[in-house]
Amino acid sequence: MIPFWIIGAVLVISALWTVTARKPIYSVVSLLLNFAALATTYLILHAEFLAVMQIIVYSGAILMLFVFVIALLNSGIAPILLGRDRVPVAPAAAAALAAIAFVATAIAALHAPAIVPIATHSPLGAVGRGNVFGSIGDFGQALFLSRLLPFEVTALILMVAVVGVVLLAGDLAPYVPTRRRAEQARRALREAILREGK
Amino acid sequence: MATSFSGVPIFDYEALASVLFFIGLAGAIARRNPLVMLMSIELMFNAANLAFIVFSRAWLNNAGQIFAFLVITVAAAEAAIALAIVVVVFRSAQQVDVDDVRVLHG
Repeated sequence: MIPFWIIGAVLVISALWTVTARKPIYSVVSLLLNFAALATTYLILHAEFLAVMQIIVYSGAILMLFVFVIALLNSGIAPILLGRDRVPVAPAAAAALAAIAFVATAIAALHAPAIVPIATHSPLGAVGRGNVFGSIGDFGQALFLSRLLPFEVTALILMVAVVGVVLLAGDLAPYVPTRRRAEQARRALREAILREGK
Repeated sequence: MATSFSGVPIFDYEALASVLFFIGLAGAIARRNPLVMLMSIELMFNAANLAFIVFSRAWLNNAGQIFAFLVITVAAAEAAIALAIVVVVFRSAQQVDVDDVRVLHG
């Protein structure tokens, strides 16, 4: 009970800090804290493999990618120019409506009759023991025996992403601009924005 | 058993997940920095993952954990491609502001 509220407070505070931090690198640090607390929550919920994946994939790969991109952009020719943050009216109103609907649904679900567990054949044991719900063996059997096709589709998605990133940002791309072409593109962008009356 | 575990009811976990989701949504709407917007989107992915894992634990069914695993994979691919787009836009326009990047012809 008490650990849940401590971890929940850490999750919410670090999420708020991520969203409100002035510099992107502070957002990355607080997001790291958020992911670590979330991995702890996954351990409480008997999702051992996902807790490890959370640390390795999110904290190890995705956040490092963010750090490298921030370093790359900040050490470039010009600093990142940013306008003022503001709240667009229509999306904010839609989001507020969605939040109200979500809370109403949650309250309705709170008063629904208790859920009957439908798969009790998988017993619950201490974290780390084999052949119990949520252990790595259990997860691996479910992933590779009964849900192999989504796993293979995942491999295809990752391959497409790698090809796309190489085409977008690799040096072989024919449209990677030199500094002169970047200047031309910047002028064209400015003129296009001016033509739009923006 | 099905509605409460470790002394914490499911509703509290779900409330936590929804709070995290809407913090991420607010960040994605209000911030102008594309990197912070991407991090807010990651926050929303993680809130959805938390909901999946809570319900997986509630029903003692592995499907939620596997779905969360797939979400992590797709989020990794999405982050890689989105950051590549940010880098390319910065190279061509020397500026990363989502309001100014309206003409995506490289």
